[in-house]
Amino acid sequence: MKFGVVIFPGSNCDHDAYHVISKHVGQPVDFVWHRETDLSSFDAIVIPGGFSYGDYLRAGALASHSPVMRAVKDFAANGGYVLGICNGFQILCEAGLLPGALVRNENLHFICDHIHVRVETTETPFTANLAARQILHLPIAHAEGNYVCDEATFAELTRDERIIFRYCDHEGTTNPAANPNGSHNSIAGICNEARNVLGLMPHPERACEDLLGSSDGSPIFRSLTSTLAAKAAR
Amino acid sequence: MLTLETLTAHNITKEEYERILKLMGREPTFVELGVFSVMWSEHCSYKSSRVHLKRLPTHGERVIVPPGENAGVVDVGDGWCAAFKVESHNHPSFIEPFQGAATGVGGILRDIFTMGARPVAAMNSIRFGRLDDKEHARRNRRLLSGVVGGIAHYGNAFGVATVGGETVFDAAYNFNPLVNAFALGLVREDGIFFGKATGLGNPVLYVGAKTGRDGIHGATMASAEFDDAALEKRPTVQVGDPFLEKLLLEACLEAMRSGGIAGIQDMGAAGLTSSSCEMAARAGTGLDLDLDLVPQRETGMTAYEMMLSESQERMLIVAHKGREREIIDIFRKWDLDAVVVGTVTDTERLAVRHKGELQADIPVTYLTDEAPVYQRPLKARTIEKEEQTDASTHDNHARHLLNYASLESNEEQIEVSSSPDYAQALLRLIASPNIASKRWVYRQYDYMVRTNTVVLPGADAAVVRIKETRRALAMCLDGNGRRCAVNPREGAKHLVAEAARNVVCVGATPIAITNCLNFASPERPEVMWDFSETIDGMAEACRMFDTPVISGNVSFYNETDGRGIPPTPVIGMVGLIEDVRRVIQPGFKAANDFIAVLGRQSPHDDARVSEYAAFIEGKMIDDMKRAGVLPPCDLEGELRVQKACLALSEASVILSAHDIADGGFAVALAECCFSSHNRTRTGATIELTGTDAARSMRVTLFGEAGGRIIVSFADAERERFTEIIAGANCPYDIIGRTTDDDTLNITIDAETISLDLAALETAWRTGLDEQLSQPSTLLSN
Repeated sequence: MKFGVVIFPGSNCDHDAYHVISKHVGQPVDFVWHRETDLSSFDAIVIPGGFSYGDYLRAGALASHSPVMRAVKDFAANGGYVLGICNGFQILCEAGLLPGALVRNENLHFICDHIHVRVETTETPFTANLAARQILHLPIAHAEGNYVCDEATFAELTRDERIIFRYCDHEGTTNPAANPNGSHNSIAGICNEARNVLGLMPHPERACEDLLGSSDGSPIFRSLTSTLAAKAAR
Repeated sequence: MLTLETLTAHNITKEEYERILKLMGREPTFVELGVFSVMWSEHCSYKSSRVHLKRLPTHGERVIVPPGENAGVVDVGDGWCAAFKVESHNHPSFIEPFQGAATGVGGILRDIFTMGARPVAAMNSIRFGRLDDKEHARRNRRLLSGVVGGIAHYGNAFGVATVGGETVFDAAYNFNPLVNAFALGLVREDGIFFGKATGLGNPVLYVGAKTGRDGIHGATMASAEFDDAALEKRPTVQVGDPFLEKLLLEACLEAMRSGGIAGIQDMGAAGLTSSSCEMAARAGTGLDLDLDLVPQRETGMTAYEMMLSESQERMLIVAHKGREREIIDIFRKWDLDAVVVGTVTDTERLAVRHKGELQADIPVTYLTDEAPVYQRPLKARTIEKEEQTDASTHDNHARHLLNYASLESNEEQIEVSSSPDYAQALLRLIASPNIASKRWVYRQYDYMVRTNTVVLPGADAAVVRIKETRRALAMCLDGNGRRCAVNPREGAKHLVAEAARNVVCVGATPIAITNCLNFASPERPEVMWDFSETIDGMAEACRMFDTPVISGNVSFYNETDGRGIPPTPVIGMVGLIEDVRRVIQPGFKAANDFIAVLGRQSPHDDARVSEYAAFIEGKMIDDMKRAGVLPPCDLEGELRVQKACLALSEASVILSAHDIADGGFAVALAECCFSSHNRTRTGATIELTGTDAARSMRVTLFGEAGGRIIVSFADAERERFTEIIAGANCPYDIIGRTTDDDTLNITIDAETISLDLAALETAWRTGLDEQLSQPSTLLSN
């Protein structure tokens, strides 16, 4: 199986994702330049964090129109796995691969911190190895992570169990104090209808080593590799 | 014809102009005058500081690149080198805090990647007036949020982890906030680049952002004091674009890897002028530049404007002849301009053409080596209560002894007149914005990007690992204007000692420093004396700790309407950890461990130059200066303590280490108890006996004398602890135990203070936020 990590001008978590996939998940991985249009050699695509195109216009807005995103749409439509982290989540929303939008944090500041999220469902290729309601300790680092969507979308996300992660306290309770950015219903991550595209604001790639304070991000990558392995075996 | 007004506008004195005439043998053109004015400005030429800076140690076993390049470089093992530097952006940040601070970060990052190093960590030392200042609170708050916002804006988008620094509030900075930005990058030893224009006939490339009219005379602005018209200087502040800088970083590193680059230099202060002069000067060559080729953002720009513009995110590259196409293609890939604008010559002159005309033609050395050097007059500051002023000042110690004697009796008076409740005092002191958690600040910085940050902000020093190795680097950025105001020489020694202690506390051996010397006007002999004393103190301490100064920056004229800042040297200390798994942190690990203090409080400590004196007793820096004494810095004792601490952490005997600094012993102890990332709170019960107990409670609890580290270790390690520490010949006291009862109990003699740790931690966590959230309607200005 092969991972691709997309590089947009201004991506800055590209090396981190690459490092984790090659060193800790132990899978082959290549960078994908933003002008690339052919993703046929990849099994999973990571859209990393950072400030693609300087976040000009809106976070993720310009990147969503780049050549590689047209390829990512086709890739996802054909069942390929796409993981958007932080700015990657913003890009996926702007590109229409995920519903809703990420607006300025409620306190208007950039927030860098370790927070807790609750795994809402294991019914995705990204959470298959986790337990439902498991609590993960993950870093966040964003200024626009406040998830918003209309009520119809929210109803749909809820009905289809497409809300994958919610911000919570260390005991797993969602509440305003444990919601760092004001996200609607404490939403930290969602998936698409086909469940092969996940976007989340926390950075699992920053939490794959105890040395850095948490390894809770690891199972997300490992879930993806075991899903891919199972798929390949079929 | 050049008039006196023209010279004044260029900040060139009559004498300096005469020197230009003599050197050139003719009247300079207007463009040449502009070039001289920036190259001879204090900011670029170091004309007042140069004679003193020579006294700093700059070489050592690990030093690969000493001062003189864009950043210094040290060997950190396994073929890796660290390039680092700190630089001030005080003047622009006062005028326009957000962009001033942002471009400060941008400038220092460029200095690092110009060396071929990828920036992996940044820190910032920022100083403002107090947030509760009766007159200036509103402006001070605006400056704080603007500066923090600007640092976050630039560093976060660029993708460098902002891992530490310091935030200090004191009325002395009301009119002159300080913003010092530090950055560190990693480079393989064979991948270091230099700002040298080598190779006759080599093409000179301009890369990065287009040139506009912004920032013209920024360097000159930073070389004069402020007055009421300061805000009119806003157009001299540039606007930063971290996105462009990120592209510039990637393109430069890629171009460097291609092998096509002979030399590279960033266009910082004085833009195209200083980058071209410095590159030619370092290589002993000349440069021909054709300004018609320079990418321009605005139409109708003159040669003068282009040479003096400080537009951000630009670099000058000398490519190997024939490789220019390759370099240009790499920059195109990153959507950046790259244009050949000149050639390297053997004339040793800077020749600038515009619209077919020669606009400037100056021998390069006139701008660099021949720049004026001033041995400005020094005048020892008089300290009240003193019998005489010791002009030579090389015998401070005797004077100190006099003062200590006179102070002994005063201390009693303080005790009697106030007889404070020390538990309450600690609860208040810990919420002082200078001591309270700086989470409000660092939470706005991405301190984890690039996944190397092993010790997060909030510890004695930040630790960043080197991914490809087992090694890690510890770093901290420290200043103490209070101590240096009272005694610049001893203050500077304390500063180096404290910075070294900070990196030692996380388990690192100090290896080198960078300094940013923030002072008032060098034209005042008292200020120059402070400066000279600071250099001598710093030099002595750096020799003791074997930490050469590998880079730095001097910022003079931090002065508004004749009121200057206290001498405020800031030090970026870098330490090396051979095995990242040996990193230790300040917090106690578990209940029932032993708590010990390495080193003993100086008998001269009277807690008069301290945060306690400022925040609880309401003393201003000027009051402290009048009180007149700072405990002398015992460098040898300090070194013993640090070596002992390192030996203990290398042997994995101690579980935690935290230095006693701002707020003294009581604050340090409380901080050891507080919860931190992945760690719950621990209680502590302390009993002080012997020499410490004989002192007044106020001094014992809150005196800030250095040379002390609080450590903890498990019962089972007691023997090894005693053994190692005896070998290190370090005085120590085992003072108590960690507990699980969530209280902090300190007994001195028969007197005990007892505090609820939950309340204490809350006060510490919310101190800064609380003050920021106090309604500003209660405040004027």
